[in-house]
Amino acid sequence: MNCIIIDDEVTARVIIEQLCSKIPDLNVLDAFPDAMQAIKYLNQNEVDIIFLDIHMPDFNGFDFIQALKNPPKIILTTSDSQFAIEAFEYDCIVDYLVKPIVLPRFKRAIKKSLAIAVKPSEGLLNSVNIAVSSGDYLYINIDRRLIKIDIPSIYLVEAKGDYIHLKTESKNYTVHSTLKKIEEKLPDDLFLKVHRSFIINVQEIIDIEDNSVLIKKDIIPVSRSNRAELMKRLNLL
Amino acid sequence: MEQPNLSYINDLSGGDESFKEKLINIIRMEFPNEREIYFKNIESKKFKEAAEVVHKLKHKISILGLEKGYEVAANFENNLIQNSELGKVDFESILSAITDFLASYDVIL
Repeated sequence: MNCIIIDDEVTARVIIEQLCSKIPDLNVLDAFPDAMQAIKYLNQNEVDIIFLDIHMPDFNGFDFIQALKNPPKIILTTSDSQFAIEAFEYDCIVDYLVKPIVLPRFKRAIKKSLAIAVKPSEGLLNSVNIAVSSGDYLYINIDRRLIKIDIPSIYLVEAKGDYIHLKTESKNYTVHSTLKKIEEKLPDDLFLKVHRSFIINVQEIIDIEDNSVLIKKDIIPVSRSNRAELMKRLNLL
Repeated sequence: MEQPNLSYINDLSGGDESFKEKLINIIRMEFPNEREIYFKNIESKKFKEAAEVVHKLKHKISILGLEKGYEVAANFENNLIQNSELGKVDFESILSAITDFLASYDVIL
């Protein structure tokens, strides 16, 4: 069995490597300090098991799992037991190890993973997907490429069926996602949902007329229920 | 007060002295840096950032066999997330104990 380790702490990576060395036929192919590097690796390589830390800066363990189309078996390694319930929502998660990990518990996790059949990774990212935000930027996943987008540069998000159109100062993108999902990733102080199909960057409003706002060159409808909130957010004289 | 110890590291190494030394050296390398980041953040009241580094230190606390210390750190991390410094004194005394322990290990090595 081939595995990789994803953990931002050197100490944790070294400990898991040591634990893996105690299991016959378990090979550590590589260890990564962040999920982004692991995603690049998984685009080229197949693995059977991923030891994944949940609590990582920028791109946490659950964001990483969501970015994989066919995740392999995943064993979560964490210092917090509070994420256990969320972990049950993912079929690919076969066990949940709380640090510091001891060898008998580690062996049990490996045994459990052998007993559970999960389709191995095809090494592919979700073909189109909205990825995760971190600080002032977010990543969108288009054709297996993670594209970094500066959040303040987004001025309009429009829902179109199963896709969203994302307009930025320099480029527009179409991503397979929902308005609700991107709304969760955008900061409340900068963005507002003004209609069931539109989220706008309030700093980019040029003018407002009855039931519409002008953002750059786009005229966007404002639903009656969202109008009060929009007016509240404006710096009115 | 509970004192740092090598029982977890000894169990993990299974007698492999080179692994033991490697792990301790990594802790000795990472700990002072994380400790410094913690103090900088706590002094400037950046509680969320302080919580991030307490999370990392929490793992080292557990590796060094401090079971009660781990609970103290976990509670303090949660308090920091909620912008509270409750538990700061107890947490910082754990940091001091680890600092002293790693310094004494310097001599042993």
